[in-house]
Amino acid sequence: MEAKTKDLWVIIETNEDGTAKNVGIEMLTPGKELAGKQGGALVAVVIGSGVDEAVKAASEYGADRVIVVDGPEYKDFTVDAFAKALTALVEKYGPDAILIGATPDGRELAPIVAGRLKTGLASDCTGIGVCEDGSIEWTRPAYGGSIMEVLACPEQRPQIGSVRPGAFKKGEPGEAKAEIIKEDISVAAEDIRTKVLEVIKEMGGEKVDLEGADIIVAGGRGVGGPEGFDPIRELAEVLGATVGASRAAVDAGWISHAHQVGQTGKIVGPKLYIACGISGAIQHLAGMTSSDVVVAINKDPDAPIFDVADYGIVGNLFEVLPVLTEEIKKARA
Amino acid sequence: MNILVCIKQVPDPTELKADPAKNTLNTDEVPKIINPFDSYALEAAARIKDKDPETKIVIVTIGTAGVEKALKEGLGIAADQAYFVSDEAFADSDSLATAYILSCAVKKIEETEGKFNAIFCGKQATDGDSAQVGPQLAEYLGYPLVTYGLEAFDEGDTLKINKEIDGGIEVIAAQTPCVVTFTKPSWDPRYPTIKRKMAANRAQIPTLTGADFAGLDASAIGAAGSPTKVIKTFVPQRSKSGIKIQEESDEESAKKLFALLSDARVI
Ligand SMILES: Cc1cc2nc3c(=O)[nH]c(=O)nc-3n(C[C@H](O)[C@H](O)[C@H](O)COP(=O)(O)OP(=O)(O)OC[C@H]3O[C@@H](n4cnc5c(N)ncnc54)[C@H](O)[C@@H]3O)c2cc1C
Repeated sequence: MEAKTKDLWVIIETNEDGTAKNVGIEMLTPGKELAGKQGGALVAVVIGSGVDEAVKAASEYGADRVIVVDGPEYKDFTVDAFAKALTALVEKYGPDAILIGATPDGRELAPIVAGRLKTGLASDCTGIGVCEDGSIEWTRPAYGGSIMEVLACPEQRPQIGSVRPGAFKKGEPGEAKAEIIKEDISVAAEDIRTKVLEVIKEMGGEKVDLEGADIIVAGGRGVGGPEGFDPIRELAEVLGATVGASRAAVDAGWISHAHQVGQTGKIVGPKLYIACGISGAIQHLAGMTSSDVVVAINKDPDAPIFDVADYGIVGNLFEVLPVLTEEIKKARA
Repeated sequence: MNILVCIKQVPDPTELKADPAKNTLNTDEVPKIINPFDSYALEAAARIKDKDPETKIVIVTIGTAGVEKALKEGLGIAADQAYFVSDEAFADSDSLATAYILSCAVKKIEETEGKFNAIFCGKQATDGDSAQVGPQLAEYLGYPLVTYGLEAFDEGDTLKINKEIDGGIEVIAAQTPCVVTFTKPSWDPRYPTIKRKMAANRAQIPTLTGADFAGLDASAIGAAGSPTKVIKTFVPQRSKSGIKIQEESDEESAKKLFALLSDARVI
């Protein structure tokens, strides 16, 4: 289809309590810049149930307009309901481009909407720019991040990109002055073709918020066993950090999958990532190279993790971690 | 139950090396394997067949000569029948165009194999990593979609899927026919057996081309039918030239790290 406007849309996904997920707010940062360059408005789109907090946050972080679809059928995400609502909005308003967070739900919504509108989608973008012809230039990892691909969608509109959590930084909040537009779009129950029967919490039950963490201390095969995570947890505790893991540690059954970072785990972007006994396989790097500062502790001086580390200790994690934890405790006492 | 599993052959992701000077990967030199996520999809189909031996598993791949090897492997693991889809006109198709071609193939294969109750794909292929083809196939066919599947169970009119979510599993009922994309479960997918392998080597794999697809929309395939264009690729600059710490003892290294992190106000 053709764009009716030069507007750029950012889809703001919400948490269970109706607040905005970080990735939505993060996308407003490049969104503002792009909309400015293209001479369009930055429009946040919030679909959910009881989402006033998210609407307010979108407005404070720079949206010119917020389109809200609020209804009980959007309480839990279903791709059937959300894709119906989003395509209806696109057909009505005709934006030039749409950014969607590359979360599990976003990675379902984006290809379905792109497929329905027969337009191009760039998945999991880590960079966004503008091509000579004015189309968006999307930069995204392929082959597990071994290579970066630069894509454009020159003809079809809207151009759609899903954006990795942590790839952009939140801006500074300001006065909330966006125009709020409410849209009623209802979805009949029979149009939702999947149903959640039950949710089985993992042993331990705790939700591991790796995506929202400021600091992550992660362990790999080098920790040697389940109890090898003890010094990792102790350091995490003094730092107020979340515990992460490589797939090798998860596959060995030493820690639950909820802690896994990487291509088949979480994609994270903390301020500090401390990798202990992790070699740095490309599939692990795919999940953590957006971190601001990376510390690696590994006894193999040639481990590839050192290529992405700002600080690397060549040494035994079981010797290094307790001392580091003690030093931090002392400094904070 | 009648299940179609979509398979792609990819360069072994654990063997890939980047050449920063040429901005390319050594994709031609490394062994080719079934996309790991597709092998999880095939395993999920095989588990349904374990419970109900009447289940039929059909596999399909799109590609150029040589990739049928992945189909033989799939037959050796669990599949009953394989189809190879290949046509010069399909070259340079992006995810959307590939999903369209697959949707045409599904309809064609159903003429011989009967209607599929479920179509299984990998969550993503480890080469392009786009994670779009499965969902867009669902969209082209008008079927419901479930992603991040770990295991599926035949429940008659519905398919029950264990979906991986944050901190656990969501059990989902999807109306059939549906499309499910699979991620890595905690178990390893099964290997081919010798007996199946030998049968697979003798198997006849029909090739389908664009001419077999009635009403194929030529404007929706190949480079011209692909909305996205690749402008360039590059090897990301990884070497951060960070600070390496290796003091006399690990204890001293740890103290030095603490001092550096404190000075940089990281902690
Ligand atoms: C499709 C696919 C998806 C994947 N997805 C993921 C993913 O999401 N996340 C992920 O992590 N991996 C993933 N992998 C697996 C990945 O390829 C690696 O196998 C894995 O990351 C290795 O984990 P590791 O670094 O802990 O183990 P290893 O590679 O075995 O490294 C262990 C390291 O510990 C060091 N070590 C040992 N003892 C000590 C000690 N006492 N002190 C300090 N250092 C020590 C060793 O020197 C070594 O470098 C995936 C693979 C595939 C094919």
